[in-house]
Order: sequence, then C-alpha cells, then structure tokens
Amino acid sequence: MAAQTQFSGGFQNAPVQAAHAFRAAMTVMARPGEIRTLMGTEPPAPLSMAAGTLLLTLCDPETKVYLAGDADTDAVCKWLTFHTGAPIVSAGNADFAVGTWGALGPLNAYRIGTPEYPDRSATLIVECDQLEQSGAILSGPGIKDTARLSLPDVPALQYNAMLYPLGCDFFFTCGDKIAALPRSTQIRTEG
Amino acid sequence: MYVAVKGGEKAIENAHTWLAEERRGATDVAELSLAQIREQLSLAVNRVMAEGSLFDPNLAALAIKQARGDLIEAIFLVRAYRTTLPRFGYSNPVETSEMACDRRISATFKDAPGGQVLGPTFDYTHRLLDFKLAADGEAPKAPEGTARQEPTPHITEFLKGEDIIQDEPASDDTPGDLTREPMEFPSNRPLRLQSLTRGDEGFVLGMAYSTQRGYARNHAFVGELRIGKVAVEMEIPELGFAIDIGEVELTECETVNQFTGSKTEPPQFTRGYGLVFGQSERKSIAMALVDRALRWEELGEDNLGAPAQDEEFVLSHADNIQATGFLEHIKLPHYVDFQSELELVRKLRREAEERITPKEAAE
Amino acid sequence: MTNQTEIATQARKEWMGLLARAPDDALMTLWDGIQDRPSFEWLRSPEVGGVMVRGRTGATGAPFNLGEMTVTRCSVVLQDGTVGHGYVQGRSKPKAEVAALIDAMMQTPAADDLQARLLDPLQQQMQAAKATRAAKAAATKVEFFTLVRGED
Repeated sequence: MAAQTQFSGGFQNAPVQAAHAFRAAMTVMARPGEIRTLMGTEPPAPLSMAAGTLLLTLCDPETKVYLAGDADTDAVCKWLTFHTGAPIVSAGNADFAVGTWGALGPLNAYRIGTPEYPDRSATLIVECDQLEQSGAILSGPGIKDTARLSLPDVPALQYNAMLYPLGCDFFFTCGDKIAALPRSTQIRTEG
Repeated sequence: MYVAVKGGEKAIENAHTWLAEERRGATDVAELSLAQIREQLSLAVNRVMAEGSLFDPNLAALAIKQARGDLIEAIFLVRAYRTTLPRFGYSNPVETSEMACDRRISATFKDAPGGQVLGPTFDYTHRLLDFKLAADGEAPKAPEGTARQEPTPHITEFLKGEDIIQDEPASDDTPGDLTREPMEFPSNRPLRLQSLTRGDEGFVLGMAYSTQRGYARNHAFVGELRIGKVAVEMEIPELGFAIDIGEVELTECETVNQFTGSKTEPPQFTRGYGLVFGQSERKSIAMALVDRALRWEELGEDNLGAPAQDEEFVLSHADNIQATGFLEHIKLPHYVDFQSELELVRKLRREAEERITPKEAAE
Repeated sequence: MTNQTEIATQARKEWMGLLARAPDDALMTLWDGIQDRPSFEWLRSPEVGGVMVRGRTGATGAPFNLGEMTVTRCSVVLQDGTVGHGYVQGRSKPKAEVAALIDAMMQTPAADDLQARLLDPLQQQMQAAKATRAAKAAATKVEFFTLVRGED
C-alpha cells in the first residue's frame, strides 16, 4: 500500500465506477424516495462516501461548487479540485452545493433558474444524520401512488416545489446511502 | 416533421459493408497509413483540425482515411469525437510573439525587423503540374541558413509607437465559448473569432472576397502573416502553477486597414485578425478580412448592408457541419411530409378546377 | 526559502513542459533505457481529454477560444508518498504514465541520474529538431528591393 496523500481516495477505475454512480444518481432522482448505495471513493472528512462519490461523478471544470459550513476545509477543496477541476464558489453562483441542512440554508441563497432556462439552477447535496423511507409523503412524477422519505425541513422544501418549473433539486446523502428530491415532487406531512 | 421508419436494416448493413470496401479501393494498391496521410497530406490534416476544432494530427489523419478524403465528412467525425472528451480546462492565451516561425512575411513593411521569411510556400511557384511526382516522390533536401536566436516581434508593435494604429488593449475577460453556450446575437468579437476560425474555409473565403470586391470594402493589407509552432500553457490546479501541456502549429494573419476616421474614431489604421490551427494561410487571411468587416459598429462605420457586415448572416452560416447536417437531412425519408404536401396540392387543384368549370358551363 | 521554492517550481515547470511536448517515440525509447523504476499506485489513472486553447484578439487583446487540443493526464504516488503528475499532448496513456513517473522520480534522489540519462538527451533531440527547422526558415529569408519611381 502506498502512502496516503491529499489526493488519495478517487475512483480507481473512473469510467466504470462513475457510470455506475451516475446510474444510481439518475435512478434516485427519477424515483424520489428510493434509496440506493453509492460507493467508489473515499473523500476527506467530513464528506460522506455518497456525497464524495456523487461530486466526483457530476462535477468537472465547468460546474461550480459551494462547500457549506464544515464541508469547506482545505482538504476537501484540494481533493475536489484535483479530481474534478471544479471551481469553488459562493452559494449564489453554485451549480452544486454540499453540506448539512443547517449549513446550506437558507434556500433563497441559491439560483433557481430562469423561465427560459430553468436548468440554470443549483443542485444541493444535503448531508444527513439519517436517511430512511419514513416521514414526509411524496407524490408526483416517478412515484407510483406515494413514497416516503425522511426530509430535513418540510415547509422549505414545499415552498421550493411551489416554484416549479423553477427551483432547486436535492440529493440527500448519509454514509454510502443516497436519495433525491426533484423540484417536481409534491410533499405532504401525515394525512 | 420526423417520423420513425422501420425496416431496411439489412440494406443499411450491406451499404456500410460496401462503403468500407470502396473506401479501401483496389486491394492490389498499397493501403494508406495514417502516418502517410499525416506527413504527405498535411494541409488536408490541418484543415480538418481547424474546422474540426481539435488539434490532433493523428486523429485528423484517421478521419480523412475513414471519410475517403471527403474533408467535411472528416471534420464531422472529428467534431463528433471531440464531444466525447472531458474538458480538462482552458489554456492561457498563446503568445504568438514567441512563435518559432517557419514563415513570416509582411506585405506592408519590406524592412520588417526579423526579416521576411518565405518558408515552405506555394507562392512564386508556377502552378505547373510536376509530372516527376507521378513517377517518384523523392524530395530534395532543403538548404539551411543561420537561424535567428531571438523571437520575432509583431510588426504592428512598431506602428504603435506612432499612435497611428488602433490599439488592442489586453484584458483577462473570460471569453464566451460557443461549444458550451449556443450563439446569441448580438455577439462579440471573441465569439466571432471562435466561430470564424472553425468556420468553413470556402465560406469564409467567399465572404472575405466579397469585401475586396466592394461589399463593405475596407482596403486590407496583410500587415503580417506568420506560421509556426507555439507552446500551449495551462494552469494546473493541483500544482498551483502553469506548465506547458504541448505545442500547436498556428497560422496568424494581421491585416492593416486604411481608415479615414468615423464619428467616434480619428483617422488611423485599423486591424483585422486571423488565427487558425495548422498551416492554413488562405483561411487566416480570409478570417482577418471578415473580422475587420464585422467590426463596423465598434469603429463607428456605416452599415452598408453588405453581407460581410451582417454578423448574424456570417456566423449562422459559417459552420459547415451545421450546414451540411441541415442540407443533407432532406434526402432522408420524408414520406409523411411529402404525402401531406401531395394531398394539399391535389385539393387545391380540385378546388381551382371546380371554380373554373361552372364558369365554362355558363358560357 | 521562497527562493528555493521558486527554483524548484521553475525546474519542475521545465521538465513537465518538456515531457508534455516530447514526441512519443523519443520519450519511450529513452525510458526503455531506465532500469530502476519505482513501484507506484494510481491517484488518477490515465484519461484522455481536451483542453480549450485560447488566443488573443489582434495577438495582444482580449482572450478568445481558438479550439481544443487532446491531452492525456494521470497522477501517481510512489511508496514514499512522492506524488507525480503527467500532462502530455495527444492520446497516449503510456506516455502520460511515463511522464507522471518521471515527475515523481525527479523529486527523489534519482533526479540527477534521470536528468542526465533521459531529460538532457530528450531536450537535446528536441532542440536539434527545432534548430534544423529554424535554419531551413533562415535560408528562405529574402530582401525585397522596391524600385524607386524616378522622382530625382
């Protein structure tokens, strides 16, 4: 085993591993509420394996990344820059943002797209302490009847869904687990 | 309207197989190697790199072989390959004043510092077919002189002292990239230059020629034309400094244009600029002329309504891959479209006949 | 200290640039002659990509995008933790691997030997090729004489 360096922990076989990771990310975004495992990288703390793998799969020199709160460390910056070349920016300019829900908020800091280009919006990668199929009730595209997902802040996410077709999209990561919530999903609490 | 058609798989497969066989030609003739194409058809390779917008002589040679010498088809192949490459980043702007020049001429200053260096040019040849080449391709060895050690400065630098030529102030603005964001109008000069350098050589040549013939005449001289290699440098984030990542051959043309002054600018010389991958002399001169014509607004000139002054016209039609894609698609099945057209014309004819017939009956 | 770092950076820029520009076969032939090759692991396995090359309007003005070039890159780490990066022109993964290994070895005690046996000869070969072209160009240098229009 060679020495660990600040650059260690990337994909060992990027084309194959990134393709698997992309498939998982696409699946959870297409089927809100579904939870998949996402592995392949060993990012520096405090990034979870799922968040690190997702960033290495989705980012390149043209995607701007915001590191929120504790995620904004020198080690994370260097690791991400080496493996993706992604520029590190402020919340308002970000294509992707990563951090805990508390560190990321409030949501009005992020781009929500324009009527001509709703895709020019931010995707938030929310690091969670737990991720399970319980709690808020989801319905909408990609969901047969309803699904359930532990969401960090229902009112804020309901407001985001109201902005459709504008708004942000979300991945939720916890260890090697990932789920997603696109802006098109309707959210209810019990009842 | 596009509709799916089914069937034809076998015919298509057979057509492709025959295409491959035809590409090879008679098998009793030796096959072309990529190295042969790269070394002996280098100007075709250069054109494919320039318009394919990807500097890689081996790939361009492969594309030419696969396309059976159809350069637009080869450019199409390179463009398609290019889209599969992850973008590592953007280079620092190349320093063409540091170019190792194979050729460097000026039509305006005979005593240009650094001298007039002809290089391996077709100029001054008599354009007579050399039948010796049909028999054997042995080439003489080029004589050698005493090389310059220092870089060759740009000629426009010498005019600057007199304040008689329009300046090109340096900036570090990030230019738009039409491979990332679709072109919108009005555009700007960096985007126009990107579009022109990858534009079709024939189209850009025709546009440039129109300015010489009087459609937005701007009286261009070739202030300087240089061909040679320059190093490409890029900032490497993980290193924290820039390194050379390679070397590209470029052709650069700067035109010096007579300018009697406008509402906003004093009388002076203005400039047009051409910079193209490879040894692509005709293209770079044409590019500089069209660049200059498109600058009418910024220089406060009148819009004479000439095609070469119309940014939207020039840039929307310069790309031969867009053009050929749209042009050639009309030969693909349009049966449903045509069926509805046919119905329409029949109906109109019926109606016209019905209008005429009662009148004739009355007469 | 700063001076030392600057000198080290300058030297590294030079060898990395030389390796990036080197013709594939020249580099690989010289590398074949190097026996003591360290074992390594990938930090980033070789990948082929594109770099957008930029020029400036009128050679000195605002930057514009000229077109891309192919580049292959990779990064290695040696047993002792030394990191080497390879960025080379073209699409050769073996060349990128060799460039990254040389970059790492040049930061170890193997540097002097490698400089003498590989980098110096490579530099000389490339310099000679460049000088030959410059000499051929020099032989085509002309003096045009304009004919005076007999005003005096």
